Amino acid sequence: MTSTFLPDERTGTGLAPTSPVARPGRGRARRRLVNWLTAVGFQVPALVLFIGLVLLPMLFALYAAFFRWGGFGMPSDYIGTDNFTQLFKDDVFLGDLWRCLLLVGLSLVLQLPFALAMAVALNQRLRGRAVYRMLFFAPYVLSEAITGVLFSMVFAPDDGLADHVLGAVGLGGIGGEWFADPSYVMATLFLVMTWKYFGFHMMLYLAGLQSIPAELTEAALIDGAGPWQRFRNVTLPLLAPTLRISVFLSVIGSIQLFDLVWVITQGGPDHHSETMAVTMFQYGFKRYQVGYASAISVVMFGICLVFALAYQRFVLRRDLEGATTNMRGDGA
Amino acid sequence: MGDRALSRRGFLAASAAAGLGMTALSGCGGDSNGSSADGTTTIEWWNISTTEPTKTVWAGLAKKFEAQNPKVKLKIVQLENDAYKSKMTALTASGKLPDIFHTWGGGVLRQQIDAGLVEDLTDRTKPWADGLLSVAKQPYIFDKKVYGIPFDIGMIGFWYNKALFRQAGISTPPTTWSGFLDAVKKLKAKNITPIALAGKEKWPEMYYWAYLAMRTAGIAALQKASDDKDFSDPGLVQAGQHLQDLVKLQPFQKGFLGASYSTPTGQAATMGNGKAAMELMGQWAPVVEADSGKGLGSNLGFFPFPAVEGGKGAITEVFGGGGGHALRKGAPQAAVDFLKFFASEATDLELVRKTNTLPIVPGAEKGLSDPNTEAVQAQLKGATGFQLYLDQAYAPAVGQEVNDSVSALIAGSKSPEQVTQSITKAAKEA
Repeated sequence: MTSTFLPDERTGTGLAPTSPVARPGRGRARRRLVNWLTAVGFQVPALVLFIGLVLLPMLFALYAAFFRWGGFGMPSDYIGTDNFTQLFKDDVFLGDLWRCLLLVGLSLVLQLPFALAMAVALNQRLRGRAVYRMLFFAPYVLSEAITGVLFSMVFAPDDGLADHVLGAVGLGGIGGEWFADPSYVMATLFLVMTWKYFGFHMMLYLAGLQSIPAELTEAALIDGAGPWQRFRNVTLPLLAPTLRISVFLSVIGSIQLFDLVWVITQGGPDHHSETMAVTMFQYGFKRYQVGYASAISVVMFGICLVFALAYQRFVLRRDLEGATTNMRGDGA
Repeated sequence: MGDRALSRRGFLAASAAAGLGMTALSGCGGDSNGSSADGTTTIEWWNISTTEPTKTVWAGLAKKFEAQNPKVKLKIVQLENDAYKSKMTALTASGKLPDIFHTWGGGVLRQQIDAGLVEDLTDRTKPWADGLLSVAKQPYIFDKKVYGIPFDIGMIGFWYNKALFRQAGISTPPTTWSGFLDAVKKLKAKNITPIALAGKEKWPEMYYWAYLAMRTAGIAALQKASDDKDFSDPGLVQAGQHLQDLVKLQPFQKGFLGASYSTPTGQAATMGNGKAAMELMGQWAPVVEADSGKGLGSNLGFFPFPAVEGGKGAITEVFGGGGGHALRKGAPQAAVDFLKFFASEATDLELVRKTNTLPIVPGAEKGLSDPNTEAVQAQLKGATGFQLYLDQAYAPAVGQEVNDSVSALIAGSKSPEQVTQSITKAAKEA
């Protein structure tokens, strides 16, 4: 494409010495080289940034995870896999893993079905449905920090909005200490997470629902299918690719959860809402045990990587066919 | 400028004066201090006073010092608290500290001294530093040598609501731990929340354990535990047991495990709005109470942390800390002059009156106007022992583990023995 504008030896306008005999073979090779160099030239800035700011720090974290290191100077106190063995003996970290699983489970069982139900409801003809869609999506636009501050006020024991509202409708008894109670902190946190993120998943599902041709539902209707059958046999299968992506995003988000927890509870009370990212932050930036914190980040990365690869291999395979798994596109 | 011949910067400056054409030297940020050809000395002063009114007052003091010493230029470098800490850690690793720098004393200053980066000020400041408040100087003295000069000092103690104490029939603040527990019971009996506590932040919880450890095991035992990396002293376990006795009475406000310190629903606000009778906090407490809550005005009182019966510590030993300045090894004489200027009665009086610090020069006490601050000052003046804030006295990993373990003790998930074991483990690993 660019070759027509590039001076080459056949036109003799280039800087290269002109060859007396035109050699098309060599010209094509040269054009390919020029194209290749152009491509590389355009990629270098991005590549340099990516390598310098993403790849090298990641590799360095992997390296630092094998040292006892305070974060200043170069790591020198090599301790092998001690950081990792320590990590898997640490009650707090094992708790982090359990809480991660809990959040993933709750998201899949409660949050996403709720988002799906809302999406289906708002896909109907409904007065003011644009307003509803906007309202439900609005929390996702708020930053995590603001959400955190907001809900620590809402769920402040006794003085907060939640307790006032419950008291006003005669349910004062079920109001409790919310984030301050080790037994209820995760439930309260999940409530806030659902408020914050269900709108995002609802939007994904709405987009998916819009792309389902109305004819299919009509055909099912003519065939005598009831509402549940239409949903189960027409809508759900056609929405499956969207669902699979939404599950993927939700799981990765749960593994990396940090901001909300940090702002609301800092992992407390007594570590009962701590996540892997919070533990990593505590060790890295409060205790300056950066080697240990690196080990946590490596484990987090490993979990995300294994999950992402397995999910792509076994769940997303059909959706991705022809996109990344097979460049020739003959697998379809 | 006695050390000038020895310092590399002095040599470079002399080379410049000798016409070696090193004019670019003054352009190199880090090397811009030192003496220049016309005989003026530029000294760098690193501090953390980034907020008003301190920022303006300090800048004014710097101008005043320059006016008094025409041959000296002060270059002020101000960094926010946490940024300063990490910057200094990096500078310590690189082996080059600023001429005059802020320090809290304790473990961090000790590290810098051990690395040979800090000037020994014992002899050079003796004539005038002897008169400074004794307890304020403690954090900067190691092996009887002086490495820093304080400009501020403070301590932790109980702030209490006089009206609520009266309501519960407590006529005088308790001076013993059992008396304290009785007072808590009396307040509970009147349906008054005895204590406000910020459980989410952990450091306010640590104060209880630290003071109890000072009262039972004694300051020397805390120092020894840190030196030996062994916190298993029975007195330290006892401290946890006494704290457990308090926790069993459920003296804290509802939801204290999730409470912050200075937010509108936090510890200071609970206290400042009259919803709890006491808080264990530093000399800054009245300001924060009035800022995040309503404030108690003349209903607010102060009493020192009670003594524990049979313990090794006395009620007159204080837990606290302050701010001071240290000099890099080989800093010019002008820097010492500045420390003298900054610790003079005139300067301290200005600091006390305008920036809400406690006096470190006895003559500056006349600048105090608030009875509560005077009470704190009296306690500091009569102090028979001093323990620096544990998170400044210990390495970060150990300090955080103390906070974390004590917090777990108060939440009921760690026993007093487990607290000392966890801290010992952290100390051995750090």
